[in-house]
Amino acid sequence: MSESAIPPPTESDGDSQFFVLSLYITGASHHSARAITNLNHICETYLPGQYSLEVIDVYQQKEIAQQEQLFALPLLIKRLPLPERRLIGDLSDTRQVLKGLGLLPDLE
Amino acid sequence: MSLNTGAVFSPLSFELPKTPTGIDGLDEITRGGLPKGRPTLICGGAGCGKTLFSIEFLVRGALDHGEPGVFMAFEEKADEIAMNVASLGFDLNDLQAKRLIKLDHVHIERSEIQETGEYDLDGLFIRLGYAIDSIGAKRVVLDTIENLFGSLNDQGILRAELRRLFDWLKEKKVTTIITGEKGEGLLTRHGLEEYVSDCVILLDHRVNNQISTRLLRIVKYRGSTHGTNEYPFLIDEEGISVLPITSLTLDHPVSSERLPSGISALDKMLDGQGFYKGSSILISGTAGTGKTSVACSFANMVCQRSERCLYFAFEESPQQIIRNMKSIGLDLQSHVDRGLLLFRASRPTLNGLEMHLVAIHKLVQEFNPSVVVLDPITNLITVGAVSEVKSMLIRLIDFLQTRQITVMFTALALNNVINEQTDEGVSSLVDAWLLIKDIELNGERNRGLYVMKSRGMKHSNQVREFVISDKGLDLVDVYLGPDGVVTGSAREAFQLQEVTGVALRDHAQNRKDREIERKRLVLASKIASLEEEFNTIQDELNRSFDEDKLRKEILEKTREQITRNRHNE
Repeated sequence: MSESAIPPPTESDGDSQFFVLSLYITGASHHSARAITNLNHICETYLPGQYSLEVIDVYQQKEIAQQEQLFALPLLIKRLPLPERRLIGDLSDTRQVLKGLGLLPDLE
Repeated sequence: MSLNTGAVFSPLSFELPKTPTGIDGLDEITRGGLPKGRPTLICGGAGCGKTLFSIEFLVRGALDHGEPGVFMAFEEKADEIAMNVASLGFDLNDLQAKRLIKLDHVHIERSEIQETGEYDLDGLFIRLGYAIDSIGAKRVVLDTIENLFGSLNDQGILRAELRRLFDWLKEKKVTTIITGEKGEGLLTRHGLEEYVSDCVILLDHRVNNQISTRLLRIVKYRGSTHGTNEYPFLIDEEGISVLPITSLTLDHPVSSERLPSGISALDKMLDGQGFYKGSSILISGTAGTGKTSVACSFANMVCQRSERCLYFAFEESPQQIIRNMKSIGLDLQSHVDRGLLLFRASRPTLNGLEMHLVAIHKLVQEFNPSVVVLDPITNLITVGAVSEVKSMLIRLIDFLQTRQITVMFTALALNNVINEQTDEGVSSLVDAWLLIKDIELNGERNRGLYVMKSRGMKHSNQVREFVISDKGLDLVDVYLGPDGVVTGSAREAFQLQEVTGVALRDHAQNRKDREIERKRLVLASKIASLEEEFNTIQDELNRSFDEDKLRKEILEKTREQITRNRHNE
């Protein structure tokens, strides 16, 4: 999938929403590193200045695995805007990520 | 492999380390428990008791074996599980507070999840690892991890990750139970058995003739011998009991101690002392012949000796039995009050045969009786075929005999021909067999009791009339009349006739005695007169002899005189 196929949102419909994102990773694994890169890229492309991102290394705080109902990692949780969504994987499938973030209407 | 490979794999010295489950009977089948530090798969259909099985494994481990455990639920919520097993007497909340058990519910909401690329299950690993380390767990249950297949799309990743998870659990050296739902043609829906290859246990819940039976089978146990049959198990208020029934070795201890039957005349038929302790006794007979009465008087005798008796009634309620037995002078209520007699009444159709066996097993272990009565076994036929009933009874007798418990069965004989008994074919198994038979004569039915067999003792081969009165049970010798055996009123008439006969005989005897006395007197006087006669003759003889002698002397003298005279001339 080429990213150029999905146009960045226009200014008019983007400024009303602020995204609160949490990314759970496991140390410096391949998946984790890719997830961070991919997420940064997507956020900068589609949500410039419209998001806050918290990256949490689960290895450092093992007890949150149960609290946050984690099982598959990496995991991106979109806390706001509601509804909360969980995106698992290294976020390499941009179309799915945008769908999960609600930036792409579910046309298909 | 190291140098001591030979020693390790020698069948005598190698013993796979095992973790006892603490579940009644299962450790016997598996010869010690589940493989220590390895995963075990427990699979079966819905509602077959997988979750309960694994919870009991954790609870017993925590309470009895000092091994804390982690329960990771993929289906039910933690508080739901705690509530569900509370009915079995497991207080999971308390165990959690004591840090002996940790419950973790993995909540997966399919609709919230979007897969966006490659991932792994590190979250689950960390979570489980943290739970294990936080309480020092030695046991882990994953119930039902296959749910992940429904939540995640990428089956390839999932399969690889599960394989990694089981390897990781082995490294952690925790004994793990993984539960799996039974699938079509497979043990589990997603083929978990491929990954868990050490031990697989299959649970089944079968309904035959509207009667359900839970069954357990060990499909596979790598590196260990195990029982291979299907074993029935029971879930009740104390958890799970599995009934191991393989060890049918005939080497139980025997006793030469005797137990009186409660009917003294019957004891007399049995070598004067009654049954052997720890033997099995069958009482069969047609309807209404007093089988229950015999069983109850045996129970009564046992309780009078201050021993315990367990009475399984499959036909009558305990109250009914107690009332009925009062009419023949047996006060069973007092034994019940003293806790020596325990009735357990149930309809045979309540459970499958195996369940009955498990229930009997359990109750015997709890109550520890010296005598068990089953009244009647015939009714069990309603829940199983004859061969099944027979095999169940074999196992029951076997179990009771290893514990030196005397068992008495009653059985309804359906036909009246002695040689064609239908008593569930147990007559060959039991040590003593009493048959009560109706003897119909002169418009009356009377009971005749036969000792058909009694192993290891001299026993009477005679039919006795079995009399039930308000004073209890008694056996009376039957009389042989001109037409065969005489019982009931005919016997009484016969007895009367006999008494008359005796009186007449006595009378005749007296007359004969007097006659003989008279004859003796006559003879004596005759002897006296003959003696007198003899004396007279003897006297006569003596006299003539003396005369002869005198004459001879005188003659001699005279001759001498003459001779002398002649010389003097």
